[in-house]
Amino acid sequence: MNQMQNFTKGLLASNPTLVLLLGMCPTLGVTTSAINGMGMGLATTFVLVASNVVIALIKNLIPDKVRIPSFIVVIASFVTIVDLVMAGFAPALHAQLGLFIPLIVVNCIVLGRAEAFASKNGVLSSLIDGLGMGIGFTLALMVLGSIRELLGSGAVFGIKLIAGDAILVFVLAPGAFIALGYLIALVNKIRKA
Amino acid sequence: MAKTESSFKNMVLTLLVISLVASFSLGAVYNLTKEPIAKAQQQKKENAIKQVVPEFDRLEQVSVVPDEGGEAVIVNKAFKADSIVGFAVETYTDKGFGGQVLLMVGFRPDGTIVNTAVLKHTETPGLGDKMDASKSDFPNQFRDKSPESFKLSVKKDGGDVDAITAATISSRAFCDAVQRAYKAVRKEGGQQ
Repeated sequence: MNQMQNFTKGLLASNPTLVLLLGMCPTLGVTTSAINGMGMGLATTFVLVASNVVIALIKNLIPDKVRIPSFIVVIASFVTIVDLVMAGFAPALHAQLGLFIPLIVVNCIVLGRAEAFASKNGVLSSLIDGLGMGIGFTLALMVLGSIRELLGSGAVFGIKLIAGDAILVFVLAPGAFIALGYLIALVNKIRKA
Repeated sequence: MAKTESSFKNMVLTLLVISLVASFSLGAVYNLTKEPIAKAQQQKKENAIKQVVPEFDRLEQVSVVPDEGGEAVIVNKAFKADSIVGFAVETYTDKGFGGQVLLMVGFRPDGTIVNTAVLKHTETPGLGDKMDASKSDFPNQFRDKSPESFKLSVKKDGGDVDAITAATISSRAFCDAVQRAYKAVRKEGGQQ
């Protein structure tokens, strides 16, 4: 598989959220608005790329039986670094996203890519794979966040588009499931067409 | 390079080395970011104080334990040219929908509310988070009101506060925190 394919497969063909259905917890939890979805996506992308590169580098040094704990330690370290650096140097952004950053550790996309891709491929391919998957995740969260924000509070990225009351349920948890369900159906239709 | 064999010695060694490297790098990053983080938090608090009381040139901190028990509330007395111009109270409530809510509430010496600012909350996004002034007008109704005449509970409970739509619990929590701040000011600021 060439590098271009490594990158583009994360966008649609095997989009982590909408096709592989990985990482449903942050997907359903944080997408109450478009900006939250985007921030979570970008933070995850950074961790995904960094952990993929490191794991591809050390994959031969790690005995098979302890690879999962090793990967988790690497991922958790990167997440904590992102959390600390953000809190120190970008407090405004951290105030918006702080709640979701520690959640990245338990995002199974990150571990999933480490296990399924980075532990079997070279550094460059792993970097590109992480980038593609991360951007695919970011796009999916942003689209889902925009839909929920538009239907639930009549706005997108905080800009009010529809005056008056909106369909409140879309901001709450059940709305996340409903919106995600239709979005997955739509993506399936596009992929098969 | 050949794959390392899964022998007991190799496994222990690998995990040890990975944990060591991880803890050293985290320790280094923590040390680097400790100061900026503390500064950012201090800055945030100061901004909140500036937002809720009239202009001041000196602050004095007192912590006041509420009569009904619970954690202490910190009252920042704001002075200008040695006369008191207001109280900025760091108050809290445990009655929030998503846990504790921390507020900064500013009072004039006569006990009227100047302004409020949310320091920290974990209320539902899109519903309870409207207690933040950037998201709705809810907190503005407290401005320039004296808790003596303005009853600090939602209309549903017989008070004077318009609750946030579909977030009555968050609104109640907000009132509870403001009430606690007011009591602390009364206790600390005496009789005005």
